[in-house]
Amino acid sequence: MEMLLAGNEALARGFYEYGGEFASAYPGTPSTEIMQVMAAFFKEDVYSEWAPNEKVALETAVGASYGGARSIAVMKHVGLNVAADPLMTLSYTGVGAGLIIVTADDPSMHSSQNEQDNRYYGKFASIPILEPSDSQEAKDFVKYAFEISEKFDTPVMLRLTTRISHSKGLVQIGKRETADHSGFERNIEKYVMVPSHAIKRHAIIIERLKKLKEYAEETKLNKIIWNDRKVGVVTGSIAYQHTRDAFPEASVLKLGMGYPLPINKIKKFASEVEHLFVVEELEPFYEEEIKVAGVAIEGKKYFPSLLELNVDLVRKGFEDAGVMEADKSASVETKDTVLPRPPVLCAGCPHRGIMVVLRKLKVFTTGDIGCYTLGALPPLSQIDTCLCMGASIGHAIGIEKAGKTKKKAVAIIGDSTFFHSGMTSLASAVYNKSSITVIIADNRTTAMTGGQENPSTSKTLMGEDTSVINLPDLCKALGVEHIKIVDPYDIDETYAILREEVDRDTVSVVITNRPCMLFPKKIKDTPLRIDTDKCTACGICFSVGCPAISGSGATNDKGKPIPVIDPAMCTGCWICAKVCPAEAIVEDKS
Amino acid sequence: MKKGTTNILIVGVGGQGVLLASEILSEVAKSSDLDTKKSEVHGMSQRGGVVTSHVRFGEKVFSPLIPNGEADAVLAFELAEGLRWSHQCKSSGITIVNNQKIIPTIVSTGKFSYPDSPADKIKKKNPGARIINAFELAKELGNSRLVNTIMLGVLSQFLDLEEEKWIEVIQRMAPKGTGELNKKGFLEGRKFEN
Repeated sequence: MEMLLAGNEALARGFYEYGGEFASAYPGTPSTEIMQVMAAFFKEDVYSEWAPNEKVALETAVGASYGGARSIAVMKHVGLNVAADPLMTLSYTGVGAGLIIVTADDPSMHSSQNEQDNRYYGKFASIPILEPSDSQEAKDFVKYAFEISEKFDTPVMLRLTTRISHSKGLVQIGKRETADHSGFERNIEKYVMVPSHAIKRHAIIIERLKKLKEYAEETKLNKIIWNDRKVGVVTGSIAYQHTRDAFPEASVLKLGMGYPLPINKIKKFASEVEHLFVVEELEPFYEEEIKVAGVAIEGKKYFPSLLELNVDLVRKGFEDAGVMEADKSASVETKDTVLPRPPVLCAGCPHRGIMVVLRKLKVFTTGDIGCYTLGALPPLSQIDTCLCMGASIGHAIGIEKAGKTKKKAVAIIGDSTFFHSGMTSLASAVYNKSSITVIIADNRTTAMTGGQENPSTSKTLMGEDTSVINLPDLCKALGVEHIKIVDPYDIDETYAILREEVDRDTVSVVITNRPCMLFPKKIKDTPLRIDTDKCTACGICFSVGCPAISGSGATNDKGKPIPVIDPAMCTGCWICAKVCPAEAIVEDKS
Repeated sequence: MKKGTTNILIVGVGGQGVLLASEILSEVAKSSDLDTKKSEVHGMSQRGGVVTSHVRFGEKVFSPLIPNGEADAVLAFELAEGLRWSHQCKSSGITIVNNQKIIPTIVSTGKFSYPDSPADKIKKKNPGARIINAFELAKELGNSRLVNTIMLGVLSQFLDLEEEKWIEVIQRMAPKGTGELNKKGFLEGRKFEN
């Protein structure tokens, strides 16, 4: 049977078909759907769970592998930064049963704070990298990954990119095969990494890499498609697909194994073509490896490191290199400049109330990773920093300690992000006698990635009921004395409480208590409308940045736009009504 | 470019049903025994952003992305989005635009304005462009969410894919209980003339 599957779906399918038993992850675009598919379709055979962060996800998957289960840890590219600590020494211990680490990189930063190229992590940790170029390979490479992992006693990195994760293609469906593994066996020289053991293991890892290089020369993962021998291209991942479309006449050495490279195979390929190029997305990773081996090749000179590649960029690279005629038929019409549509907080989003209050408080606001980061953009314009998961609290402490910013520092962090990496920073704030205010925007879901469960939602990934970690109790246990709960729709009360907490000279935590409007279910109350008799067209309601409020097209006698509220979109949160000085926003009883 | 690959670019605004439409089109292509790929970026789309979906089908498809200016059809669910993307249409291709404006909040700040007479501008570039009152038609049929199947119906006039396959896929993939209604929407679009 054949199905049309996204790379993420195909990878989950592969994990099921090739005997996967344990999966752990923290949600992150573009990797999230892998786990959702595991939990929705394969829960009879595959145990899957959300970890509070990627480090825990990897450590747990490592434990499951040591314990004899074929395992996988799934994360977006920046998640591997968090999991880098276990990764580097995991390379030394090797595995029990097969272990795969999925990194889903995000070239073009469709939904990320950077576009780091995680292939360097594979090299850094001396572990093999497999790079599927479509959905079928995303499934098939799981089988190869398990075989390599168990044969060479190594974790294997399976690297996806957004275009692999979120593009659909045809996939052949097969039956589940299982592998037999025994449980954990004590072996302290392998599993206890103290210096005397680690020294021996490092020697083994150097040997392992040599063997992997031999494997790379032989494996079917790296294959040559012979065409015209004038131009040869070494490529992999999605760049392979773009290359085949851009330059169908070229011969191609397709790398399914991105590290270590089959250097002899590449040398032989090089000797049989006139001009040799390497086409790869992001950094010159293959290019550096190939050049160090003494092979003359051109890559980044013609194909950009910035953002995703596509057929046009690859074609242009070959044209610039002089090996391809410029395609004159492809005269593209000029593009019209049309207004942007930046993402905004949803109508009724509880974060909006907090942003409106923070703006009134005139504080410095350190942000974090989550929907509330959208509060950085006009018209809310409130968030001042955003770096990585959990950074808001550390930032606020640092800015306060630097002592050069007059405004008080307030950190805002979501519930899931707080469990991910905010707790330790809050401990630091208490321990180091900071006086910052930390707002935990607790909407009881992981909203930005599509509403995943987390330790505050009472459900596991597989849908079981579980205990809720109580945020006020947790903060109290960390030593915070002043903890307040606020309703972010009640702007006046939230303002009064935050004013008091911000002015306090010890750490305070303020927790919001309204759920996300989208997840787990859409919330909608009676919508509001503009009473045009009362509206003075002052424009203050526009400043809350609600997508349900727009210009009606009508203006008042001074030419100022009169707003209109879309009743289909309005959820009846009343935030706009509370900022309207004319009391012109009322319930829409129609 | 491999000959015989058909490229369809579907565009709109988050929440309009662009992704379901491209899902249906891909499944119809697949059930017609064609190699099929589809690509879009998830993530921010739920929050009012621009949504684009590339669907490619034919004997063998490599890249999941349509090269610049090589769309055989641009199916736009919104006027400004039609204007933004119509340059991607081949001169021999067809641009089909839903005659509906979705005005983003950013316009109310006064920094940006919604384009004037977008339909005329689209027609200037693509004289054969079809401007469809799909939103009005959907409301007449009893459900404003039928826009995507009506638009697919119009698109289907220009593609060599069998009607039964369209209907089978639409009935299978439409939200529960709306199969018949979506079939009706599709057939209305399929016979639309202008």
